[in-house]
Amino acid sequence: MEQRKHYTVVIRETGESYRCQDQESLLSGMARLGRKGIPVGCCGGGCGICKVEMLSGDYASRPMSREHISAGEEAAGVVLACRVYPRSDVTLRVVGKMEKSVFRPRVPDAA
Amino acid sequence: MAMTGVLRPGHVVLRVLDLEEGINFYKNVLGLVETGRDQQGRVYFKAWDERDHNSVLIRQADTAGLDFFGFKVDSPATLDKLEADLNAYGVSTERIPAGEMLETGERVRFLLPTGHVFELYAEKTDVGNGQPYVNPEAWIPAAEHGIAPVRFDHLLCYGPDIEKAQAILQDVLGFYLVEHIELEDGSGDLGIWLSTSIKAHDIAFVRHPEPGKLHHVSFLLESWEKVLRAADLMSMNRVAIDIGPTRHGVTRGTTIYAFDPSGNRFETFSGGYQCYPDGKPIKWSQNEVGRGIFYHDRVLNDTFLTVLT
Ligand code: FES
Ligand SMILES: [Fe+2]
Repeated sequence: MEQRKHYTVVIRETGESYRCQDQESLLSGMARLGRKGIPVGCCGGGCGICKVEMLSGDYASRPMSREHISAGEEAAGVVLACRVYPRSDVTLRVVGKMEKSVFRPRVPDAA
Repeated sequence: MAMTGVLRPGHVVLRVLDLEEGINFYKNVLGLVETGRDQQGRVYFKAWDERDHNSVLIRQADTAGLDFFGFKVDSPATLDKLEADLNAYGVSTERIPAGEMLETGERVRFLLPTGHVFELYAEKTDVGNGQPYVNPEAWIPAAEHGIAPVRFDHLLCYGPDIEKAQAILQDVLGFYLVEHIELEDGSGDLGIWLSTSIKAHDIAFVRHPEPGKLHHVSFLLESWEKVLRAADLMSMNRVAIDIGPTRHGVTRGTTIYAFDPSGNRFETFSGGYQCYPDGKPIKWSQNEVGRGIFYHDRVLNDTFLTVLT
């Protein structure tokens, strides 16, 4: 069997963490948390729904749509989670459209 | 001949983020036949049973989504007439020379109010479906390679001003409304399904603030069983499935929505009814939209209105 590396991904705001293989995108790992509302979109870097900011750790990325992530953002670690693969333990912060859904269960209803 | 004017959707050009990955997907997973590559770097495909040279083109870009699509018309004379009719209606057009797309004649291009680039063309080289025109067999090995749809069937576009697009397509190009979902407040439609043939839809639109967005490009399979086979192949190839296999209430097709490797949604479907221009359009109210779109789940999934390229 080929050797697969597993890393720990921490979502900073919630403190939740999950294990993610080096061949698996951060989004598919996150989807396994099974939390309702994690918007798994196109899974191909095209729709922009899974935007995150990488706060620490190493990762590899595949091409992602410039409509949603500028070159500057990508250089600063703002990426699409479906196109990013961990190369060490990483910490991320959810930004953009995903933020509302990931935090919906924890934010008290404003109304 | 009853079917004249605009015949069918004939080509769609998609942007992909990684060309090699896209080629492998469209050729080996979806199971289209590659028919050429041009100097712009576009790769041409057709479904095995289509006879014209190409129907799906992909090119590498830094964004995913739709470049343009084209509908075939019955003759060069019709192309000229429809261009004049569009201009008289206040729609400006542009001519793209023959040969700009491989094996494709002159195209008349215009922008729909929804932000989609729409083309009409009359000529595309008949390369056949791999069978002779005299005494053919029923199918060829390509009919079993990958998902192997029989044709590019229709597409669903998202953008603003869908009623203006509808007016152009109905008043000038001869499309007719088959089904629609009315907005809650009755001020218009959330979605419209239009036909230029006896297919329940050749093109559909959903109202959306951003112009020019793609919801899906759809491919026809011959049976529900082939839809299930497509789902198996998607799992075997780790294709991201959006929803399905299920059925649409609108058009009654049995379907799967899934994504190409760059996140462009595609559909593989079978069935649905046939319709005629004298049929009364079917209306869905917005409170039944879930059943209209996904007949078994009876609710929209999170991605239907938000995940687009
Ligand atoms: S899910 Fe569409 S870009 Fe990540
Ligand atoms: Fe469809």
